[in-house]
Amino acid sequence: MLAKRIIPCLDIRDGRTVKGINFENIKDAGDPVDLGYYYSCEGADELVFLDITATIEKRKTFVELVKRIASTINIPFTVGGGINSINDIDVLLNSGADKVSINSSAVRNPEIITQVANTFGSQCCVIAIDAKFEEGTWFVYLNGGRLKTERNLHDWAKEAEDRGAGEILFTSMNNDGTKNGFAIEALKELAVKRKIPIIASGGAGTMEHFEDVFKNANVDAALAASIFHYNEINIKTLKDFLRKREIIVR
Amino acid sequence: MGCKEVTIIKYNAGNVFSMQSALERLGVKVTLSDREDVILNSERVIFPGVGQAASAMSYLKSKGLDNVIKQIKVPFLGVCLGMQLLCSSSEEGDVNCLGIINAKVKKFIGKEKIPHTGWNNVKIKDNVLFEGISELDYFYFVHSYYAEKTESTIAECDYINIFSASINKDNYYGVQFHPEKSSYSGAKILANFINI
Repeated sequence: MLAKRIIPCLDIRDGRTVKGINFENIKDAGDPVDLGYYYSCEGADELVFLDITATIEKRKTFVELVKRIASTINIPFTVGGGINSINDIDVLLNSGADKVSINSSAVRNPEIITQVANTFGSQCCVIAIDAKFEEGTWFVYLNGGRLKTERNLHDWAKEAEDRGAGEILFTSMNNDGTKNGFAIEALKELAVKRKIPIIASGGAGTMEHFEDVFKNANVDAALAASIFHYNEINIKTLKDFLRKREIIVR
Repeated sequence: MGCKEVTIIKYNAGNVFSMQSALERLGVKVTLSDREDVILNSERVIFPGVGQAASAMSYLKSKGLDNVIKQIKVPFLGVCLGMQLLCSSSEEGDVNCLGIINAKVKKFIGKEKIPHTGWNNVKIKDNVLFEGISELDYFYFVHSYYAEKTESTIAECDYINIFSASINKDNYYGVQFHPEKSSYSGAKILANFINI
């Protein structure tokens, strides 16, 4: 059976792991390579490294860090943050990243999805979407949640899939940082409508929240950050818990 | 007692940095080459690949690597697309492949998510490549096409339909999953390959 994936997300700034509550209030939580290696030993199925300041400060992503990660860690990992061009992606993939996560620049220039899919294959193209539920609609936000667009989450996810995205990583801004659980209804709708894997993000606070998102939204993977970084939930313990609740995990 | 050096065939399909790192962690020297003399004088050959079957085949032919691969006598491991290219044909670009393994590569058709992405366990036959591996081991897969199950299948996986997770004929081995990305279980496969 295909296992449900647990993905710790490491937000990176200046080569260090950080986590912001609702994208604000950033606090240092360690070295990305050490932390990533620790997670892989604990049973993490995949890792995401996001350069969270890259879009705003137009910083180029961290190729040297990616190489260090790839030479140390033997599970798949995705890198994202400030990716604007095919050239950025080429460099990151050749440095050992398995996938790239594209967010704002894909909304601004959806053609990049087609180009990535045609050049490197859909399997390495993760489209990250930050969206906020306001007056009955999920609006897509850019620049780490700072810039609202008129695009709707489900329309944008469809276009991304049609253009060749390999996975959708959806972060609910309403849930992110709250630790009150994932955005089940929106995730469920995404999982039903889309044919590509859906990664749930935003809101994980307890082990039951992971059970909920796998059982009730039927997503393929669940991502979280601070609860892992501060060891509020241990990945091994989480997987034992999910196994007992009859969810297939590695 | 296992080999000391491995050659990874260099061609136009995907990055090999992770594979190289995984092998180096096992203590072997890794050479990346597309030269016939280097490949044919190697103790072990790994044929990686993430990409498109038809364009990979046309590149291999343009470099004469298709014939080099067919001459290899030492243990040979095709990974992901590298395994699929060992088969007779692929629906990806509708192309004839190397024909070393008599199996067709087909596109997944089903209501499940495609590509098959993530960790899956496999059902194994008794084979040196899977020594010490059980059905509790999971491997990382990412693929939209699959090699059908044949008599060369040494491990099968069930996603949408049963397909070859691993194949073996003579000195040629193939794995659909990525051992270099499959944590301890994948490292065990690579160590087994080195120790054949």
